[in-house]
Amino acid sequence: MLEIINISKTFNPGTVNEKRALKNVSLTLEDGDFVTVIGGNGAGKSTMLNAIAGVWPVDQGHILIDGQDVTKLPEYKRAAFLGRVFQDPMNGTASTMGIEENLALALRRGQSRTLRAGIKNNEREVYRRLLATLGLGLEERLTSKVGLLSGGQRQALTLLMATLKKPKLLLLDEHTAALDPKTAAKVLETTDMIVNRDRLTTLMITHNMKDAIVHGNRLIMMMDGNIILDIRGEEKKNLTVEDLLHKFEEVSGEEFANDKAILG
Amino acid sequence: MNIMNLINALPGAAAQGLIWGIMAIGVYITFRILDIADLTVDGTLCTGGAVCIMMMQSGQNVWVSMAVALAAGMAAGMVTGLLHTFMGIPAILSGILTQLGLYSVNLKIMGKANQAINVDKFDLLVSLRYIKGVPFYKNTILIVSVAIIALILILYWFFGTELGCSLRATGCNDKMARAQGINTDFNRVLGLMISNGLVALSGALLGQYQGFADVNMGRGAIVIGLAAVIIGEAVFGKVFRNFGFRLLAVALGSIIYYFVLQIVIWLGIDTDLLKLLSAAVVAVFLAIPTWKGRYFSKPVNKGGA
Repeated sequence: MLEIINISKTFNPGTVNEKRALKNVSLTLEDGDFVTVIGGNGAGKSTMLNAIAGVWPVDQGHILIDGQDVTKLPEYKRAAFLGRVFQDPMNGTASTMGIEENLALALRRGQSRTLRAGIKNNEREVYRRLLATLGLGLEERLTSKVGLLSGGQRQALTLLMATLKKPKLLLLDEHTAALDPKTAAKVLETTDMIVNRDRLTTLMITHNMKDAIVHGNRLIMMMDGNIILDIRGEEKKNLTVEDLLHKFEEVSGEEFANDKAILG
Repeated sequence: MNIMNLINALPGAAAQGLIWGIMAIGVYITFRILDIADLTVDGTLCTGGAVCIMMMQSGQNVWVSMAVALAAGMAAGMVTGLLHTFMGIPAILSGILTQLGLYSVNLKIMGKANQAINVDKFDLLVSLRYIKGVPFYKNTILIVSVAIIALILILYWFFGTELGCSLRATGCNDKMARAQGINTDFNRVLGLMISNGLVALSGALLGQYQGFADVNMGRGAIVIGLAAVIIGEAVFGKVFRNFGFRLLAVALGSIIYYFVLQIVIWLGIDTDLLKLLSAAVVAVFLAIPTWKGRYFSKPVNKGGA
């Protein structure tokens, strides 16, 4: 489904701020894989997701989605294949537009925008039904401005928008990191529900080791712009936080010094 | 200080306010919807007037002349849009560059600093002579009112289409827009073209109304446009929630601006100071959201969901 072949990215090359964020990273995702990504700050997790999404061009390498080389496609064209949820709840929705208008924008992802009506009456029924599955009461507030919603509600809505038109790949960039623990758990639960229901191929970055272990069928850990661990199958199922810390020390020769990742 | 002098001047002020109202709606599209302060308009207003008057002088029909003026404005907007998106120049600077370039273009269109058009010799759509003592269907206030309502209806329809919605999303949150597959660069150029087209149309009407186009006629237009947007929001913001009515509020804001201007003139204030006064008023109104947040906001419970 997704093939990343040998991609590299250096920010601010030739300056004192030069940062080699991705170093010859390769990764292949099978259809239906739900991969969690962990790693410390600056490990290259978000950079990898942004490279896939096409936020900026990579320095080298290729990115294939469903066999199609998208390396040269601009961000808005790649969006046809991708559903994305960001860390900041403000980023995923248009706050001055209504809930139904946001959903209508998402429904047309990958289509050219014409002079037909921006939202059709029969869509509203679908939106109401899907919003009801979130259990947040948003189905009664179709015309409310998204700016009035809480961070958790906005993330749940963004998740719905990202998957309204089934994406070939769902990219979740620490989408629960800005939420309080209870809301974060609820949004993760919704994530599992949607990913399982639609059998979505998913890449989910998280700061929380426990979440990374509990969710998905495969786990990768990044450090210094490399993938240093790749755990899947039975091994992933039986994984504990202690195992993970131990493995990290083995691979990196360092102690994992990130309380946030350990304690969640 | 005869009150009759003021009352007699009000219909003219209303007509001017309405004509500038079209420009203000253009400013609303960039400033409020696209979130860009587009300074191109100072040049585009004159381009619209110059193109319209030169075409009419050469014997063209008034409608054709105004259509070409609109197209010229859209071209100017496209230049600013491409400077901003294709060449990566900050929006405000792109507008300033186009505006400066337009000064030369406008001089070349007119051949000199100003060009007059005689209302008796040409079949003008609007004129300051068509305010009183003409059949109602020739009355400038009526014609411009109808034009504004028609424009608002068209814009209301457009911003409800798929394309129009994607344009609003671009202005609100371009990161989200791109993630939803919206070509934000294209939309910015398109928005600037629509906006500047309207401004040039306003310039074409203004040139006919005052009977001449002048290379300086657009100086400070952006400030008048912003004033109209802000006054409209301040006065009608609580009442008008619907998008169409918001555009109407902008046009009404422009009329209020010209009424206030007329009162200031009637009070005998030195007209040389008018631009300073306009700038000060707009500055204060633009500061209000910041001041509200800084000095009048109640403590809110941060964090949580």
